[in-house]
Amino acid sequence: MGKLEGKVAFITGAARGQGRSHAIRLAREGADVIAVDLCAQMETIAYPMATPEDLAQTAEEVEALDRRIVTRQADVRDAAALQTALDDGVAELGRVDIVLANAGISAAGTPEPDPLRTWDDVIGVNLTGVWHTVHVAAPRMIEQGQGGSIVLTSSTQGLTGRGGDGSGAVTAYAAAKHGVVGLMRSFAHWLAPHSIRVNSVHPTGAATPMVENEVLKNWLAANEESAGMLANLMPVELIEAVDISNAIAWLVSDEGRYVTGVTLPVDAGFTVR
Amino acid sequence: MAGRVEGKVAFITGAARSQGRSHAVRLAQEGADVIAVDLCGPVESIQMYPPATAEDLAETVRQVEELDRRIVATQADVRDSAALKTAVDEGVAQLGRLDIVLANAGVFEIQPSLELTDEAWREMIDINLTGVWNTCKVALPHLVDNGGSIVITSSTAGLKGTPNTIHYTAAKHGVIGVMRTLANEFGKQSIRVNSVHPTGVDTVMIQNPKTWGLFTPDDPEPNREKFAELFETLHPLPVPYVDPVDISNAILFLVSDEARYITGVTLPVDAGYTIR
Repeated sequence: MGKLEGKVAFITGAARGQGRSHAIRLAREGADVIAVDLCAQMETIAYPMATPEDLAQTAEEVEALDRRIVTRQADVRDAAALQTALDDGVAELGRVDIVLANAGISAAGTPEPDPLRTWDDVIGVNLTGVWHTVHVAAPRMIEQGQGGSIVLTSSTQGLTGRGGDGSGAVTAYAAAKHGVVGLMRSFAHWLAPHSIRVNSVHPTGAATPMVENEVLKNWLAANEESAGMLANLMPVELIEAVDISNAIAWLVSDEGRYVTGVTLPVDAGFTVR
Repeated sequence: MAGRVEGKVAFITGAARSQGRSHAVRLAQEGADVIAVDLCGPVESIQMYPPATAEDLAETVRQVEELDRRIVATQADVRDSAALKTAVDEGVAQLGRLDIVLANAGVFEIQPSLELTDEAWREMIDINLTGVWNTCKVALPHLVDNGGSIVITSSTAGLKGTPNTIHYTAAKHGVIGVMRTLANEFGKQSIRVNSVHPTGVDTVMIQNPKTWGLFTPDDPEPNREKFAELFETLHPLPVPYVDPVDISNAILFLVSDEARYITGVTLPVDAGYTIR
């Protein structure tokens, strides 16, 4: 029997990359999934973003594990759309026990004719989107009265500012990912009396489309100092999405039942350097 | 189904009872063999709870063997690096390898700072800080060729100042320095080093009249129930303390391949104590 049998997980950014990996990993442990993704391009982001086909692929892979999944295209910046997605999922799957605020973007390497617009988009998705994600699901979890577990995806850039270069993209990313730690700690206090745990994970660079793309590759090649953003202590260049999924699967399981308010790096020693 | 640490060998100090025994049993359940060490004897400045015994260590052996895993158990003092080296070398000779190191042995005592004797300070630092380093030092030569995973047991007192335990708090902060240094020095050799930071764990180390009394100073008859009520107020989550297995489960995750890229991390298992 899986560690998450009978539970339902609400996952944002679930079309591909880490989000899809989380959906599959949790489904393997028995969870059903409410999967949300924008599935559209944003103008301030140069690398190709996820598509409806990607989200359909996540659904196919979860269903292949004999688990149920409800998918919705929604923007995490749009709280009302996110609420509808969550409500639709709960109507079909019955409940929500786990929330993974995973959706995120990186504008590093995208030309910035208007840095303020880049700032707004990155803060909107990576910080405000996380706030929305928790706020649409937490009341339902409180009402259920059976506790729960929330994991916010921050970054090594939520713990250090290494690689900072003054651009809207890098500055906003670090600010948003540090801000997620503030959300995590505040939510942990808010929800602890309801036995709902809140933690954050801090991955180093992972082999996903947000990192492995021509835009970022060219930018890193042209900005050697910023390449320090991805220099690990252990002999591994990029970790795999499943490494973050494994950490999350442990955090949300009963094996982590008294772990809350924790910033957990999954970073091959990046932040301890 | 293969266990999460199948075929691995774990060196565990303070393995006679409580958290150490729980770690030995939990890792054995997931397929590991064990090299177990414990002092099984008294420490002069530690008076508020009884020391582990040779019988306790024998019980750990029995429980691991009942799971069909092998265990080599030795009575040794973590302050004595030569004795510790003999224990781990002998264990590796018998079990064939070493993959996991749990520097768990530790003692606890409560004393207002200005009443602490030089001797009590020294014993605490010797066991809870130098003992951790000794454990890593004798084990590392067995890990350098194939990598491995070390978990040092610190405490919430390794992350926050805690009154009336200055020697304990200093030692538990100090082991974070050991952890971070070794993580950096041996990262390239794929040796991961992390620390866990439990809040109060439901063992004899906190379940004793002196600890109860610290939380109910005006009560002539402190007891487990009154202590639980007050200790719970330290935690955002509605629990008074955690169980040994909760620490074991965190350690099992850290030493398993699921955490293959987690190193240099201070992991609280503390029901939110450190964010309060």
